[in-house]
Amino acid sequence: MGRITLDKVQKKFGDVEVIPPLDLTVEDGEFVVFVGPSGCGKSTLLRLIAGLEDVSGGEIRIDGNPATDLPPAKRGLAMVFQSYALYPHMSVRKNIAFPMKMAGMPQDEQDRRIAKAATALNLTDYLDRRPGQLSGGQRQRVAIGRAIVREPAAFLFDEPLSNLDAALRVGMRMEISELHKTLATTMIYVTHDQVEAMTMADKIVVLRAGHIEQVGSPLDLYKAPRNTFVAGFIGSPKMNLLTGATAQKHDAATIGIRPEHLDVVPEGGTFTGRVGVAEHLGSDTFFHVHIPEMDEPMTVRAGGEVGLKHGDTIHLKPQMQHLHRFDAQGLRIA
Amino acid sequence: MATEHSKASARIMIAPAVFVLLVWMLVPLCMTLYFSFADYRPLRATFDAWIGFDNYVSFLTSDSFISSVIVTLQMVAGILVITIGGGIALALLLDQPMFGQGIVRILVIAPFFVMPTVSALVWKNMFFNADNGLFSYLWKFFGAQPYDFLSQAPLFSIIVIVAWQWLPFSTLILLTAVQSLSSEQLEAAEMDGAPGYSRFWYIILPHLSRAITVVILIQTIFLLSIFAEIFVTTNGAFGTRTLTYLVYQRVLESQNIGLGSAGGIVAVILANIVAIFLMRIVGKNLDT
Repeated sequence: MGRITLDKVQKKFGDVEVIPPLDLTVEDGEFVVFVGPSGCGKSTLLRLIAGLEDVSGGEIRIDGNPATDLPPAKRGLAMVFQSYALYPHMSVRKNIAFPMKMAGMPQDEQDRRIAKAATALNLTDYLDRRPGQLSGGQRQRVAIGRAIVREPAAFLFDEPLSNLDAALRVGMRMEISELHKTLATTMIYVTHDQVEAMTMADKIVVLRAGHIEQVGSPLDLYKAPRNTFVAGFIGSPKMNLLTGATAQKHDAATIGIRPEHLDVVPEGGTFTGRVGVAEHLGSDTFFHVHIPEMDEPMTVRAGGEVGLKHGDTIHLKPQMQHLHRFDAQGLRIA
Repeated sequence: MATEHSKASARIMIAPAVFVLLVWMLVPLCMTLYFSFADYRPLRATFDAWIGFDNYVSFLTSDSFISSVIVTLQMVAGILVITIGGGIALALLLDQPMFGQGIVRILVIAPFFVMPTVSALVWKNMFFNADNGLFSYLWKFFGAQPYDFLSQAPLFSIIVIVAWQWLPFSTLILLTAVQSLSSEQLEAAEMDGAPGYSRFWYIILPHLSRAITVVILIQTIFLLSIFAEIFVTTNGAFGTRTLTYLVYQRVLESQNIGLGSAGGIVAVILANIVAIFLMRIVGKNLDT
């Protein structure tokens, strides 16, 4: 079981309020991702749940029991750190065994759990090595192994993939998702990478300056961002946001249109501009189009092979059913 | 330093340093070696350039030799225990955030700047003195008989003095080691359910092991040649005669330069054995 409830949880460092009172419920077995730009308080929030920081106000409940004043070890949560935080002088086996040793678990039970975790994580051949002799991905798996053997109520991940290279990151992303399906344990995952959030989460929590901007499934956030911040943050490349006269035509202060919802038309589009940088990804091509309505270039997704080059004039037509409208406060107009 | 040209200029640049080092090290060593095979007692105007190994035999077979080696080892071991133990404790304390951290750290390091002779005199006259020492006042305050440290426990007293001088050194090195421990490791251990003493034993102490070996190595090399503290306090009496001090006595008090030189060579050999021994341990520890 692992249902985590935050009730008006607040964190101050001196006079600086990092997290204003905040409510959030993480259901049992859910994969929740905290996402936001750096410095938005997502790691602090995770550390509050872990018990590594004291809350300045409010209450944390795990499975309905108050956990606000419990020390980290007593909360039944396991954490995977950004730097992995493996113990460098211990072998992989001892690293994984450490939490069980501290809990005073019998040796045969320890061995059984280590063997199980090592098999699940492909670490059997490396059990007697030191962390220093392992690659980044393997270290990551050892850190996860150390978390698994405790059979925690929930796993907490603090940007676990940010030290890995791009290819490994994709692989580990799958492995962690796979692990979540197998264990069906609650997982809370902190990242600044919205791709990780979109691909892994059951539920995404978008944070900005300690505030929760929106909570919802990845597709909810993609289809109906609650405000301009979420609209700009979720989705890659970013949504194009237009203000001024263009937006007023649609009775809004800001309108947003995603690059994939702009069609290149030969004549008479809504926007006309000059092609700037073109990014050819093979499957897709992203054009940065300079149009008079926007200061920044407008990003457009086109098919794999489009015969347009730098300096060409291009006509664009947004798909009207995918147009997002926001009011003067930046909130979505339904 | 890749090209032939830069290698050549590098050699020219370091040549003076190498030359000075050689002269300052090799000349005294060679002269000591030369005198150790000679019967050289200037006050009696005796000089016999070659008497074989007689000096070595008489130095090694005298009772004072074995006892001086034992005293030396006891002294070094005692100082190491105090400085390492105290150094770890102080390093952990100084790592805690506190008011006036900078000043406290400077104060802790201060004893290292006091010259050995001065610190020995200060300890002898202001702390250990049976009549006027601070400890005597403390003893008297609790109604006890003042304790004459330097005659009742001379070896211990010298260990305390030298340990006081070297404590800043070990504290400083161990403090930097403590500070280099990633806080995430400690937090991970905390999440893993390790209480404070387990975190110290399983995480902090293994992390410090490398720094501890370095401190042991450097201190041992310097401590084998303790002299001023003994000279100022006990003059080698009451079982505080170390090997270094024995060599000094043979040369200056007995005015037997040949015998003293032989003792010096023996001390060099013994120190090298210790150094090789320590280097191996350190090398092993620095590998991982």
